Amino acid sequence: MKLTVQDLNSHYGPAHILFDIGFEVGEGEVVALLGRNGAGKSTTFRSIVGLVAQRSGRIMFEGKDVSAKPTHEIVREGLGYVPEERRIFTDLTVEENLEVGRQPKRPNAPHWTREKLFALFPNLGEMKNRPGGRMSGGEQQMLTIARTLMGNPSLVLLDEPSEGLSPKIVEQMVDAILTMKKEGVSIVVSEQNLHFARLISDRAYIIERGRICFGGTMAELDARPDIRDAHLSL
Amino acid sequence: MAFYVVQFLTGLASAASLFLVASGLSIIFGVTRIVNFAHGAFYMIGAYIAFTLTERLSGAFGFWGSIVLAALAVALIGVIVEMVLLRRIYHAPELFQLLATFGLTLMVEDLVVLIWGPDDLVGRRAPGFKGAIDFFGQNIPSYDLFLIVLGPVVLGILWLLFQRTRWGVLVRAATQDRDMVAALGVNQKWLFTSVFAVGVFLAALGGALQIPRDAVHHAMDLRIIVEVFVVVVIGGLGSIVGAFVAAVLVSELNAFGILIFPKISIILVFLVMAVVLIVRPWGLFGKPEAAARKTPGLTVNPWRPLTSNERLASLAALVIAATLPLFAGNYALTVGSEIAIFVIFAVSLHFLMSVGGLASFGHAAYFGLGAYGIAFLAKMAGLPMIVCLLLGPLLGCLGAAVFGFFAVQLSGVYFAMLTLAFAQIVWSIAFQWVNVTGGDNGILGLWPSSWAASPSHFYWLALGVAALVTIALRAMVFSPFGYALRATRDSLLRSEAIGIDAKRIQWTAFVIAGTTAGIGGALFAYLKGSVFPDNLGISLSVDALVMVLLGGVETVSGAVIGAIVYKALNIWLVSQTDLSKLVLGGFIMLIVVVFPKGIVGMLEMLAQRRRKSSPPGSPLLAKPIESAE
Repeated sequence: MKLTVQDLNSHYGPAHILFDIGFEVGEGEVVALLGRNGAGKSTTFRSIVGLVAQRSGRIMFEGKDVSAKPTHEIVREGLGYVPEERRIFTDLTVEENLEVGRQPKRPNAPHWTREKLFALFPNLGEMKNRPGGRMSGGEQQMLTIARTLMGNPSLVLLDEPSEGLSPKIVEQMVDAILTMKKEGVSIVVSEQNLHFARLISDRAYIIERGRICFGGTMAELDARPDIRDAHLSL
Repeated sequence: MAFYVVQFLTGLASAASLFLVASGLSIIFGVTRIVNFAHGAFYMIGAYIAFTLTERLSGAFGFWGSIVLAALAVALIGVIVEMVLLRRIYHAPELFQLLATFGLTLMVEDLVVLIWGPDDLVGRRAPGFKGAIDFFGQNIPSYDLFLIVLGPVVLGILWLLFQRTRWGVLVRAATQDRDMVAALGVNQKWLFTSVFAVGVFLAALGGALQIPRDAVHHAMDLRIIVEVFVVVVIGGLGSIVGAFVAAVLVSELNAFGILIFPKISIILVFLVMAVVLIVRPWGLFGKPEAAARKTPGLTVNPWRPLTSNERLASLAALVIAATLPLFAGNYALTVGSEIAIFVIFAVSLHFLMSVGGLASFGHAAYFGLGAYGIAFLAKMAGLPMIVCLLLGPLLGCLGAAVFGFFAVQLSGVYFAMLTLAFAQIVWSIAFQWVNVTGGDNGILGLWPSSWAASPSHFYWLALGVAALVTIALRAMVFSPFGYALRATRDSLLRSEAIGIDAKRIQWTAFVIAGTTAGIGGALFAYLKGSVFPDNLGISLSVDALVMVLLGGVETVSGAVIGAIVYKALNIWLVSQTDLSKLVLGGFIMLIVVVFPKGIVGMLEMLAQRRRKSSPPGSPLLAKPIESAE
């Protein structure tokens, strides 16, 4: 398994947010984490990369337990994270944003260069010197993914990549994610949009109120309309 | 005309050191969000070490090598400080960080006297820049010309460093979003350490370069830090260009202010700062701060009025305190009066800081103004004591009304820096305006009227006023005004959205706190029989902060306990050792790092733990404050 999460519990202050979350991602797989707003998708991702201080459980990445490591070490193992809020460095240009994400080559992961990323997201190549703060939402979404890919991750946690984007940009996003998959990057993508998830994912988990309540292939999910209707607002 | 040109060039030369120190402070703040109070101390150590090295190493290389070596050595000290002290408090509230670095400053002040002695040291002149250049009959030291060139050169080097290197890009990214930088695989710890080292290097270089111009002495740290705070408030914290422009501006204002107001030149700088704050509250080149980090008033258990048992207990404590004159001697009563006065002072700051969320680093200004108010009324107008006591604090009220108006336009560290700068300005006026204030000699011979003259009577007076003030401020905490004030503290935006005029509420709180401090100062003037500029000084402001902190910021009664314990300890300490600053500084750092909740907070936690097994609430310092999703 590429990534195994077991018994993950997280708290924000006195509030218990995640309850015994567990899921797996295979080598080269694209797995969707589906759930409504506030179900705990973002917290799950933030907990995996160590951005939530109070968490317990086991996170195995490529056979290594990374749950006790600080964020930057987890990321340097090759586990990339793309936050939902995008968190572009608005004062930095596109090229400088990419520079922040740059990490050395990794033997078991595809190597991304600026040129390769500008080919994947042609819009970015046309605005290399534009400050991040003066880009559209769609362009920022591309930049945040490209920035994480500069770290040559072997797995990427993609938090709601389609949120707030126009249909045309969403199409580009689907293409980009499929290209990443073809290159050999494993992906966990959190989504509220089942249609988007279906276009890219091999398997899906459903999270509701901080608990995983379904796991299976996309076909298995389609066979259970009751689960789909109960846990996903469509 | 030539005279003015020379005056202008002198101002530019002074700007160089000021810029170096201010840019260092700005860089450190940008990334770590810590306002490094110890920056002035690093500047001072830089000067001392450079002095020693230039005495030992000879020749041109010896001099310039010494300057650079001194700065590097201090940077190394900075690295150790960052790793040992600051890493523990990055997630603490701003106030704690300011206090911890202030504690460090105190320790350094005693240490340099221990190592280099108390006398001013006059350093060597710079080889190659010993002479002066004649400019239409006026002399310009050639070293000044060197400094004038150096400022822009350093600005250029810093610009290249931040724009053209990977390190610079990472630093700029971290200035905006530290967590995201970590989430991209960058080790924040070393980034912070390196940034701190660069900032301290700049401060020490600024200090080392001063030795051919000025004597090295052990009070240069406070002088520069106040100027630096003014510079970064005007230029905008975090902006290097802003630091440069503001350093030039402040230095020129100083250079020409002396010509216009020879006695109180600092007034000019203050006026400019006030104008900048009204027009651009974030400074000329600064950016509005994103939502500020939560202030210390983040209570897990909301405050409640005392239960009737607790009221009885407080009353009993007061009655016991009132029996002191029955068995104690005059010295104990004087100490008791002083403690009661400091309870008033601490309670007033606590009101502003914990209830209002406004941590003032210059609260002594209003205490001292109250004291000077008494001095003016009693000495110059010859009014009787009771009238003076009623009117004297109004000077504190007036000062708080003027400075508070500007200060509440800002929040967080800006507020702290601005209040400190204001207090220092009031201090400078008291110190420099000798005709009116007596300067360093103070105003002597303020004695209470006969009804309050005996130590026991004065003690009862001080105790009574302290009790009244404490009750009044407590009542205010639980009044509608108190609710509104706490609302502005907890969420400025939301409180404004429900129709609270936040600035006005905060300003009112500032004035109330300032007036109350003035009452304490008025009593203090009568207790001591004299008034000195030190009654407005930074060390007194910090004493008040430590009292509140020691008692516990998050508690309502902490200030009273903190004032009693701290003042008693302080009086005892001063009688025991010459190195009281060293001990006090270490003590402050210890509280911040080990007991961030103070005495009352600790007691409450213990009591709570006894009632039920461990509460889910986490200690203030253990983790960053987060918001769900």
